[in-house]
Amino acid sequence: MIETWIAAFLTLCVFSFLYRENPFYRFAEHLFVGSAAGYLLAVQWHNVLIPNVWTPLTRGGDLVVLIPLALGLMMLARIWSKGAGIARWSIAFYVGVYSGVAIPGYMQAQIFAQLADAAKPWPPGAAGVNAALVFIGLITVLAYFFFSLPHRGIHGVGARIGIYFLMVAFGASFGYTVMARVSLLISRVQFLLRDWLHLLPS
Amino acid sequence: MRRGPLLVTFLSGAAVAALFFIPHHQAQAVNNKLLEWTLVVYAFALILGSMSLWNSHARKLNARAEGWPFSLVTLVSLVGITALGIWKGVGEGSPVGRIYNTVNSPLASTMFALLAFVIASAAFRAFRARSVEATLLLITAIVMMIGRVSIGPLISPHLPGVTEWLLDVPNLAAKRAIAVGVGLGAVSTALKIILGIERSYLGRS
Amino acid sequence: MTWARKVLSIDRRIIFLLVAAGVALPLLRPVNLPITVTPRVQAAFDAIDALPAGSKVLLSMDYEPDIMAELFPMSVAVLRHCFRKHLQVIAMTLYPAGTGLGERALRTAAKAEGAVLNKDYAWLGYKSGFQVVMIGIGENLRGMYPVDFYGTPLDSIPVTRGVNAYRQMAMVINLSGSSATDYWIQFAQGRFHAPLVVGCTAVMATDYYPYLSSKQILGLVGGMKGAAEYERLIDTVGDARRGMDAQSLVHLIVALLVILGNVALFVARRAGEDLGGRPAGSMTR
Repeated sequence: MIETWIAAFLTLCVFSFLYRENPFYRFAEHLFVGSAAGYLLAVQWHNVLIPNVWTPLTRGGDLVVLIPLALGLMMLARIWSKGAGIARWSIAFYVGVYSGVAIPGYMQAQIFAQLADAAKPWPPGAAGVNAALVFIGLITVLAYFFFSLPHRGIHGVGARIGIYFLMVAFGASFGYTVMARVSLLISRVQFLLRDWLHLLPS
Repeated sequence: MRRGPLLVTFLSGAAVAALFFIPHHQAQAVNNKLLEWTLVVYAFALILGSMSLWNSHARKLNARAEGWPFSLVTLVSLVGITALGIWKGVGEGSPVGRIYNTVNSPLASTMFALLAFVIASAAFRAFRARSVEATLLLITAIVMMIGRVSIGPLISPHLPGVTEWLLDVPNLAAKRAIAVGVGLGAVSTALKIILGIERSYLGRS
Repeated sequence: MTWARKVLSIDRRIIFLLVAAGVALPLLRPVNLPITVTPRVQAAFDAIDALPAGSKVLLSMDYEPDIMAELFPMSVAVLRHCFRKHLQVIAMTLYPAGTGLGERALRTAAKAEGAVLNKDYAWLGYKSGFQVVMIGIGENLRGMYPVDFYGTPLDSIPVTRGVNAYRQMAMVINLSGSSATDYWIQFAQGRFHAPLVVGCTAVMATDYYPYLSSKQILGLVGGMKGAAEYERLIDTVGDARRGMDAQSLVHLIVALLVILGNVALFVARRAGEDLGGRPAGSMTR
């Protein structure tokens, strides 16, 4: 009960921003930053540091975990300006691994698989017309994004058609963005009307 | 002083990219070990971020700068929830779990719910049919807004079909081109990092 | 000042009130507009429905409270469907603040369908690093999750016993509000060929049509509307379905505002009115 009232109070604090910025909103904003960071740290402690460092080290005697532990502690040196050089080693390892992961992942799923699907034979009838339109759209939008040559002549015509495809896609995205934001508001109003004021059936 | 870190980036990046294509279980064990290590490094990066948050608000508090009582709210909640979470756990039913449901959850979702108001106001003021391209965008957006919800078929039974076509043909074509473009960009950036051509992530010397 | 000029200089707070009324009134006085199921949501439902009882399904609920309005009802609906089909769900999240939400979604669905922790579902909790975890599960689930969220070793849990990689799972379901979905496509599907069903926020939904066409994902549930369709398919009434009247009305209000803004601008220009030099897109009023 008291929890519902606190949640409702904080919800209204945030909504008060719609009138103008005020101390209630700033209180809610600062509380959110602190509690979110605190929650994040506690979750990291229980879900990463304990099972992936502490337990293997103390129960299994796995000394290899000292390597990521050292890299992690070196990262903390960044808090002092003189420690930037030490933290660089951890950052280098982290960025290196993720760059290595990205190459095959993007190549396979976003380049080869998509181009393979685009190159499929077109079926007969209306589906074939749609497949042809998708193919034309792909080529013309790629032409629009190709800036190594000026958008003139046939390249310019292609890029122009590509813009039209892009505008339709962005229009669709805008419609869906409105949908998403309205959904979030509906959920908060449902909470205020049902859980707090009991004006809606549970 | 950057030669060492650049070598680490090259070795770790090249190893992980190569191991992706080697199905042997020993190779995959090495790959997994390298990936697990990044989890620990990431956890420390979050600790570093929280220390930085602490420093920033503690400075404001010490200097009694404008809005310092709000900084006190951030500091108390940061320390309190971290300590309570480490001591008592973070699962559903724990004290931090209850705080999460009461404080974090409503605050985060209401912050984003504000965007519904902002997007309606912005659409009214800024969404103008000033050119062919803008008109195309505007018409598509209106058709999608109406056609994808329950009221759409009541206005015209053809609207849902039109929205399906818009999503399946022009939208698909444009989004596929964007996906391919993003893919090419990501691969080339990753290669530049591994080969030491792109070094900005290491900061200034 | 003409009516067009007056309309264009309307206070933003009037628009805010219109939107607030558009949400609150249909919730207080619902008319229950019919919800039609779109082909992509139907495809997601069919893919899950076709799995034989006892199949292991990995469900990753990768979202935080900011977007829970869309993905929480979706999680509950998908989980209820899985439990009804007697699928064994191994649930996890890649977001630290998603831990509480994931656990709540599991408990809500389990209570509604009579599912039991560890017998019908396992809750692994959070692990950081999108790609790292996804690749890790491809070879060794226990490397990523030595224990479940409650500290129980995976071999002591009936649902996870004998399961250590995607190849022992019939499907991966990802409900996400971020680029995590891209990585599930790249690694779980692309690298390890796991059948993948995606649920995402409405903002993201249009981006995944290319992957539906290439069959990299089998179905797509987009936003609260998608969740409402899923609720209809499993014949339940949840928060998503209850919100659909409000969704329709606010969409109508926004569409009418856009049309009104354009007509007013056109009329004001025709009347040769000075629009005050303030850009039409100003958000400062």
